Amino acid sequence: MKNTLAHRLDTLALNTALADGTHCRAIEAAEVIRLADEAGVTGRTVELAALRHHILPDRYLRNMKTLSEADQIRLLESTICIVGLGGLGGTVTETLARMGIGRFCLVDGDVFEAHNLNRQLLSGVDRIGMPKVDAAVMHVKRINPGIEVVAASAFLTPENADTLVGSCDLVVDCLDNIHSRFTLEAAAKRAIIPMVSAAVAGISGHVTTIFPEDNGLEAIYGPEDQLKTTKGAETRLGCLAPGVNLIASLECAEVLKVLLKNDKTLKNKLLVVDLADYTVETLQLS
Amino acid sequence: MTTPHIQLKLFAALSPFSPENSDRVPIMPGISVKEMLEQLHIPTVKAHLIFINGIKRSLETRLSGGERVGIFPPVAGG
Repeated sequence: MKNTLAHRLDTLALNTALADGTHCRAIEAAEVIRLADEAGVTGRTVELAALRHHILPDRYLRNMKTLSEADQIRLLESTICIVGLGGLGGTVTETLARMGIGRFCLVDGDVFEAHNLNRQLLSGVDRIGMPKVDAAVMHVKRINPGIEVVAASAFLTPENADTLVGSCDLVVDCLDNIHSRFTLEAAAKRAIIPMVSAAVAGISGHVTTIFPEDNGLEAIYGPEDQLKTTKGAETRLGCLAPGVNLIASLECAEVLKVLLKNDKTLKNKLLVVDLADYTVETLQLS
Repeated sequence: MTTPHIQLKLFAALSPFSPENSDRVPIMPGISVKEMLEQLHIPTVKAHLIFINGIKRSLETRLSGGERVGIFPPVAGG
């Protein structure tokens, strides 16, 4: 009993307080890593055990009280798949790792190029030529080594989509072309999981959440078979960091709502943003 | 009697086609969205997503005046 994880957590927990003064017990991030090594488990497992004993991993102190302990547990128990690790995907990966998602499946077959540097959080001059998925795994592990990560350095195809998406609770569409988005949506529907989807051009973009029963992308782009040669407006306008980061943050807010069963999601709605004149509007898709 | 008008918001690559009076574009009552765009020399082939008063509609939807019309080209960047 003395050496159980619960006992070790109880011994190491510190008395501290939330920002509003509420007393709580917390475990330091370094102790989580040490306990995980001792017990031969992941840091995620240690964090879950701590939360179940009302001991808050100190990295989540400022998530309280907008999130509850139960919310934090639910996020740690969740597995999400992020497809596309460029502008949207880099910021989505960073944000959701910090929020406390426990398991990631990260997918991108691309490598960094110089024209990514204007917006892609995971890129850097020392990373030109590096697979984006390698940079994403390193970034997640730097934020929290206890997060469990599966990585695929591959482009999404109809052949690999089901395998990549199948074991996840939710998929985040951070892709950069219409055709692949439809491939991902089809896989998410077969896996019966929701897909949070966003797209950017210039300093404008939109976000939605597609549940398996929804019309989804067809309501936004029209029928897939009529889109063979259609290119997005971003081919002319580029993608600028303020637009990408804002839209990525909106995707993250949506992921949290869906995972935490909040009913105010963007199901059958499209949140559109245009920073040119600060238009922000939620539109009804059906 | 004043001429009916609409508010027109063009997004992304359609934005440069916005008329100067986009907050108060005069229209003929009963005109379709497609006809209205053609009159303003806005390329309808790029008008993929049409919203009228915040609800998805189509190029064929007819306008009576007083509507807020939003139009998106396909957007897919990340």
